[in-house]
Order: sequence, then C-alpha cells, then structure tokens
Amino acid sequence: MLEIPYILSLIVFLPLVAGLVMLVLPSDRKKLIYRFALGTAALTFLLTILVYVGYDIQTAGYQFVEKYDWLPKLGISYSVAVDGISAPLVLLTGIVIFTGVIISQRIDDRPGQFFGFLFILATGVFGVFVAVDMFALFFFYEIAVFPMYLLIAIWGWKETREYAAMKLTLYLFIGSVIALVGGLAMYFNSGLNTFDMIALEGANFSADFQNFWFPFVFFGFAVLGGIWPFHNWSPDGHVAAPTAVSMFHAGVLMKLGAFAALRVGIMLLPIGAATHMWWIILLTLVNVVYGAYIAMVQTDLKYVIGFSSVSHMGLVVMGFATLNHDGFVGAGIQMVSHGVMTALFFAVVGMIYDQAHTRQISELGGVAKFMPFVTGAFIIGGLVSMGMPGFSGFIAEFPIFMGVWQAYPWIAIVAVISIVITASYIIRIVGAVFFGDLPKALEGHIHDVTFSEKLALGLLSLVLVGLGLFPSIMVPMVESGVDKVLALFGGA
Amino acid sequence: MEFIQSNMLTLILLTPAVAALLMLAFLPKDNKPAARWIAFFASLIPLALTLVVWFGFDASAPGFQYENQHVWYEAINSTYHIGIDGLSLAMVLLTTLLTPLSILASFSVEKNVKIYMALFLILETGMLGVFVSLDLLLFFLFWEIGLVPMYFLINQWGSEKGERELWGGRVVSARTYASFKFMVYTMAGSLGLLLAIQLLGISVGSYDLITLFDQWPQLTELVKIPWEVPVATVKTVAFWAFALAFAIKVPVWPFHTWLPDAHTEAPTAGSMILAGVLLKLGAYGFLRLVLPLYPEQAQAAAGVLAFLATMAIIFGAFAAFGQKDFKRLVAYSSVNHMGFVVLGIAAAAAAVHTENAEHATIALNGAVLQMFNHGLSAAGMFFLVGVIYERTHTRDLEQLGGLFPLLPVYGGILIFTSMASLGLPGLNGFVSEFLVVRGSWPIFTVYTALSMLGLLFTGAYILKGIAKTLHGPLNEAWKGKLTEMNRRELFVIAPLMVLMLWLGVSPDWLLSVINKAMMTLFG
Repeated sequence: MLEIPYILSLIVFLPLVAGLVMLVLPSDRKKLIYRFALGTAALTFLLTILVYVGYDIQTAGYQFVEKYDWLPKLGISYSVAVDGISAPLVLLTGIVIFTGVIISQRIDDRPGQFFGFLFILATGVFGVFVAVDMFALFFFYEIAVFPMYLLIAIWGWKETREYAAMKLTLYLFIGSVIALVGGLAMYFNSGLNTFDMIALEGANFSADFQNFWFPFVFFGFAVLGGIWPFHNWSPDGHVAAPTAVSMFHAGVLMKLGAFAALRVGIMLLPIGAATHMWWIILLTLVNVVYGAYIAMVQTDLKYVIGFSSVSHMGLVVMGFATLNHDGFVGAGIQMVSHGVMTALFFAVVGMIYDQAHTRQISELGGVAKFMPFVTGAFIIGGLVSMGMPGFSGFIAEFPIFMGVWQAYPWIAIVAVISIVITASYIIRIVGAVFFGDLPKALEGHIHDVTFSEKLALGLLSLVLVGLGLFPSIMVPMVESGVDKVLALFGGA
Repeated sequence: MEFIQSNMLTLILLTPAVAALLMLAFLPKDNKPAARWIAFFASLIPLALTLVVWFGFDASAPGFQYENQHVWYEAINSTYHIGIDGLSLAMVLLTTLLTPLSILASFSVEKNVKIYMALFLILETGMLGVFVSLDLLLFFLFWEIGLVPMYFLINQWGSEKGERELWGGRVVSARTYASFKFMVYTMAGSLGLLLAIQLLGISVGSYDLITLFDQWPQLTELVKIPWEVPVATVKTVAFWAFALAFAIKVPVWPFHTWLPDAHTEAPTAGSMILAGVLLKLGAYGFLRLVLPLYPEQAQAAAGVLAFLATMAIIFGAFAAFGQKDFKRLVAYSSVNHMGFVVLGIAAAAAAVHTENAEHATIALNGAVLQMFNHGLSAAGMFFLVGVIYERTHTRDLEQLGGLFPLLPVYGGILIFTSMASLGLPGLNGFVSEFLVVRGSWPIFTVYTALSMLGLLFTGAYILKGIAKTLHGPLNEAWKGKLTEMNRRELFVIAPLMVLMLWLGVSPDWLLSVINKAMMTLFG
C-alpha cells in the first residue's frame, strides 16, 4: 500500500492553500481557474481514497494519527486522526468536492473567489472530521460556516440569497456558541487541562454534570444536522445556494453537525446521552415523518429535495439516539448514503434549472427525452431515497430501524410511514418532471448535459448502487468505529 | 464447468440482470432488432440452466438443493443464501419459461426498445430472486426490487388511452394512475412486512430462513425488544403483517383493486408477467414464509383466509362477467383463479397436524399446481387479448364480435386457451382446481361448495369473452383489415398450449416434484 506521510494534514490544508491561491487569481482566466480547481479536487479525492483504502479495520481505532502542540499551556494541540466512522465521511467529502467542482463549470461570476471559498469550506469540513482535539474541532467548524455565508450571499439564487445566508449563518453560529460553552465546561470540569477528546473520554464527568450539559452540546451541533425544530435554516439555505454549494451543504455540511454531536456530545457525555435520548428521539421522529410530509407538498423541486434532507438527516440522529449497535451502524452508513444521494439530487436539480430557468414542478416535464442519463441518475437517487433494497438507503435505514426496535419499538412503527410518503413524492417528481410532455415554454431549451457532468453523476450513482449491493465495502469499517463508541457505554 | 455446476442458481438469477446492464451500457440506442434478440437470447440462458437444474434435481431428497451461501450484510447477520426445493423449482421454471415468451411477445414494441428490454430482464432477476432466497432480507430485497421495472413498464409503455380523475379534480393518464396505485399499494403492504421482518431478525438474531424456521415458532420471549406485550400477541400481529403484504400481492379480495387497473394499463407482455408470475409471489410468500413461520397463527386465521378466498372466487367471477373491456375481464379472472390457490393454502393451514393432514397435502399440491397452471393460462389469455388489440386498437367487447371467420387460427387458439382457463377436463386448469377442491372439501366444506358454485360463473364469463369476440354479428369495420396471427405470435403461444395440454393429460412430472416438497414442508 502506498503510504503518504502527513496524509490527513495534506487533505486538510491542500484545499486551503489552493483556495487561497484561487482567491487571488485574476477572474478573467476562467479556464485556468477551473482547471486548477478541478485538479485540486481530483487530488484531494485521490488522497481521501487512499485514507479510506489504507484504513485497517482489523486494528480499528484512530489511525493516521498526527499530533503537534499548538498552545500547550492551554492543553490545545493540533491532533488529527480518523476512525471507522470518520474515514467514510472523509471519503464522502472527497467525492462531493470532486463532483461539485466538475458540475460548476458554468460559474461565470468571479469564479476565482467562488472556488476559493468552496475549497476553504472543504478545509473546514475535513478538519472537523479528522480532529481529535476539541478545540481544533471548533476551530475548523467555524471555518466551515463562514465561507458558506459568502457563497450563498454572493453566488446564490437572487430571490432569497441574502435572507437565507443570514438565517443559516445565525442559526449555525448560535448553535456552535452554545456547543462551545458546553465544550469549555467539559474542559474546566475535567481538570485535565486538555482539549484532547481521547483523554476527555476518560474524564469520568459526574452524572449531574453530564445531564446538565449534554443538551447544550448535543443541540448546539445538531442544529447543523437539521434536527427539528431547528431545521428551518436548512431548506432555505439549500435552495438559495448555488448548485455545488447545495451539494456540499446538504451532502457534507449537515453530516458535520451530526458527526460533531456524536463525537463531542454522545461520546464525551454518555450518561447525559442515555438520560436525554428518550425525548430527543421523539424530535427526530418529527424530523423523519413531518419532514417527508412537508417535502411532499412542496411545489419547488429544490425545496422538495431540501426537506427530504431534513427527513433523512432525522434518521441519522434517530440512529444515534438508539445508543445501540444497529442504530449507530445504520446512522454511520446513512450519513454517507444520504450525502452522496443528496449531492446527486442537487446536481440534477441544478442541471435542470440551468436550462429550464424554473424549478416549479408544474412548469417542468418531459425532460427524460433530452437528458436520459440525468433521468437515470435521478431515478437511482430516488430509489435510494425511498429505501429501496439493493441501494444504499436500504443498507442504512434497515439497521437504523432495527436499532429503534430495540430501544423504542413504537417509534419504529410510526417512523416507517415516512417510507411510503417518500415513495409517493419521489414517484410524483419523476413522473411530473422527467416524463410526460415537455411544456411549450421549454421547447428548444433543454439539451443533454456534457460528458464530464455525466461522469460526476455516474460516480455518485455508482457509490449508491455499489454500497447497496455490497454493503461489506463500508459497513465493517463503520462497525469498527461503532464498537468503540459502544465501549463508552460499558458494552460492545 | 465446476464453477457453473456449483453456482447454478446464482447464474440463473444474475444472467438476466447482467445482460440488462450490458445492454444499457453498450448497445446503441437505435438498434432495435439487436436489443430484441439480445434480450430474447439472454432470457433463454436461465431457461436452459433451469432445465439442467430440473433434471439434476433430486425430488425425493428433503430440504434445499443447489444451495449457495456468501457473506452479504454481516453487521446484521444477513447472508446471500439461495437454494431451491420442489416449490421454488416449479416457480423458477414458470418464470424462466414465461420471460422469453413475454420478450418474444414484445417484439412489436417500438418505443425505447433497449430500455424496455433491459427492464424486462431486471424484472426477471427480481422475480427469480424471490423464489430462490433462503434469507429473509434477501427475499425482501428481491420482493421490492421487482416493483421498479414493473412500475416503469406500466408507466411508460402502458396503454396510451384513457384518463382518470383523482380527488381534487386533477386528471392524469390512466397508466400513470394505474402504475402509481400498483407501486404505492404494494409498498404500503410491504411496510408491515418490513417491520415484521425486523422483528423476527432481531428476536432470533439471524435472517437465515432455516434458522428462523427452526427458532421463531418456538420463541417464547422477546429478549431484545423492550416491549410489554405478550409474545403470542406479537406473533399474531407479525403474522397479519406478513399475510397482508402477501394478500395484496396475490391479490386476495378485498385487496385486489390495484390489479384490474395495473393489468389493463400494462403493455401486453407486462400483463403476461404480472399475471403469470408476479401474482405468484404473493402465494409463494404464504407457502414459503407464513405457513412455516406461523403455523399456530395461520391455523387460527385459516377460516378468515378461506372466507376471503371464497369471496375472491365468487366476486372475481361476477366482476369479470360484468366487464365490457376484454382485458379487464381477463384481469378479474385472475382474482377468481388465484382464489383457488388461497383456498388450498387456507385448507392446509387449518389442517396441518390434524387428522385431515392428508387432505391438506392434496389441497396444497393443487394450490401449487394451480399457481403454475394459472401462470400458463393467464399469460396466454393476456397475450391473446394483446394480439387482438394490436390489430383493432380496441378492447371494448361491444366493438368486437364475429371475428372467427376472419381469424380462424386465432379463434381456435383463443377457445383452447379459454377452455384451459375455464377448467375443462383434459386441460391443465381442471387438474389443479379439482385437487384444491378435493383437498379442501373435508376441511372447509361450505366454503368449498360455494367456490364450486363460483366455478359456474367462471364458465359464464369465459364464454361471454369468447362469444363477444368470436361469435355474433361482425363489426363491418374490421372486414379486410385484420390479419391472422403471424409466426412470431404462434411461437409465443405454442409452448403454452403444449404445456396446458400436457399438464391436463399427465400432470405427474410436475406434481411429483411439488408433492415431495409439500410432504417435507407440511406432511
């Protein structure tokens, strides 16, 4: 196996450096900027693949460890590593940045800055996934949120971009501040003078402490995971963002929230988690069922996808809330599955919008004739979304439901309704947007997409089908990470 | 050779899907003849392999044969485990036989031929998967995945005429309505199945059917599920969840309403497969899963099932008789005929481990044979409806009539196939319906008697169908415009006719395989 030293740091900082270069490249060199961005994305993707393939499941635990003092007096270090849960997420980020850049070929307005901020965002995301130090985690978390604001406010959909960008940023900042307070409480209470999360796992916080602080930390991050009733920013943000940013946003950024809620909330405060989860799972039930219902009644295609993310991310948090093996494994897979699926969805919606200049479902139709490949990809995404067996959605949702059964049987029975709701809106969209007759207004406007765009969609579809048919390419890795989480709860 | 021998079922199962993917990836879009012939030959491979399996199959050995087991979803203890017994083998043969015939029948399709054919092949893999799965999760996978190609076949290649009004006054095309109803009905039915499957898997800790058969019926405590409900209640609820999913698919009255719409709107070959194989998935579910997993609950509910089956037989016949649309008539006849399958299953459920067990085996043999027979005759009938529709572009019985002199060959074939469907002695339908009735009589005397009265109406609607198309005054509009069945169409129907006659005269070659399986399972 090819071993590259400092590979995680490379993954984290390569996008940052490249992004900074792009910021200063002259905007009229559009081609050059695009090629540079594509090259960087491809290289990043390649590195994430190497990490994923190089991760040794037998040994499990944290791997590719790098640790340097940062502010030793305060116990802050730059410490990165991946485990079985974060390695797939790093790969996910690699896939999404690569495909997102491919389909952003037509960005005309200040492309240098656009790609620059996109890559800075990627640095933040990678940083959170690989951080072992809590301070570093917060640091990268904020790096991820800030460029998002600019990307939406400047390059977003003219109608709502300022509103959506502001709403998103405020929600996420407030959330992260609340979580940060909880994080600091842990730091001081532990008396270990360290932000190292592996050390803090062994801090033995008192039950009272955990019960009090858990909701702060958990919800502070879960806001970004789209938990009801704090999900409101997400559909607006998704819709207002330009295509590549929506892909990144729904595909990866929401996982950031769920992942941090797991890493800092559940793993460091397990007793608190066990105390509070019974009511948190009720909130996620609302996410899952109500989110699907709201998606069903939307008239704007992009809002449908936006709310479907609320529903599917609800399943992730629901899996966490079971606090058992099956639920965690399912949630881990669901993060990747949903990330790829929703990136695919937003890519397709973007391709249609670019040509039709409308996203109203009633004004679309008959696209399949002109974009057969895109239609096929969307259908694959749709099948994943409705949890069709043989696709990754099933591989993820099935264990989540199994986990819920073992924790709160009634909730499993109610939550399953979302599958039929999802199926009905997916079928409706496929029928209304892709089949039927092309409306008069769109005649001559719809053309097939380019080869590279097909390549991007093909890659995303391949992951969804591959994972669905061969779960063993990812599940054992996630399982190895989950075993470690369960150990914190005194069992395996 | 060694490899082929030891992975026989996997090859049968995956050849169609692989061929479909290769077609999708490499075949140029406008080469219609190539798409047709490649699909046809690709579907002949599973048929040939099935015949090899058939002759290599040891009917007298109990248990499953040609088993394959590989790691699939380790985290939740589900494996790729496939194998066949006599029951599965009969159904696999039916599927691999009807698929090439349906593809041959689809040679007249002109729209997006490549995708159509690919979907058909994927559908075949889906159906075969249900019949060979020995893992509950794998079963569910194939059970659901088959919906997707069928949905698109109805939605995209279905009948282009007709509209339906939804609530709220929105008007959609009939095929959109029918395909949506088909999909959502079946998926809603599967929800309970999904939950129940999880319940079983969690409680037993495995999805392997052989383990489940062994442990689930004996289970006295829900160890892993924090539920203050008695196990007996849980099992009853799970039983009904399974039964509902399969009852919708069969379909048992009153869950049949998706069927006439789906059948009527589907393209000809889609209807052939829908009636020929897809409905059997439901009945197969009862036999493979419900009876072995829930013997007590099934026994308790057998009366209800028998009642519903009788209703399906009687109302199915009445409804068929009342139709003006030829295809709808044939569609309702499926409800009627599948009723006998369910009646046989209900009788068996009631009588297992009682003094009537011997009769139960007879009824079961009849039920499985009826599944096979209905597969042949329903596929044949839908094909013949399709033949006449392609020529006249109408299915309205009032528009047809007096066609016998114009189309003597077609007329003869239609009468032959109708008689098989009606249950004329000497043809296949008679044997299986007789066995069901013979076996059920001592167990559900009243229901069986009522069902036999229902047979009268079967005769009535079949004769109505024949009379309204072949006899009576000729609609002058057709004179000189209709052509006789062509060679390809004869090739489609001939194998079905041969089998109908063969099974009517000498059903032993098939019954012996089925009987052994039934004896092992329920004897």
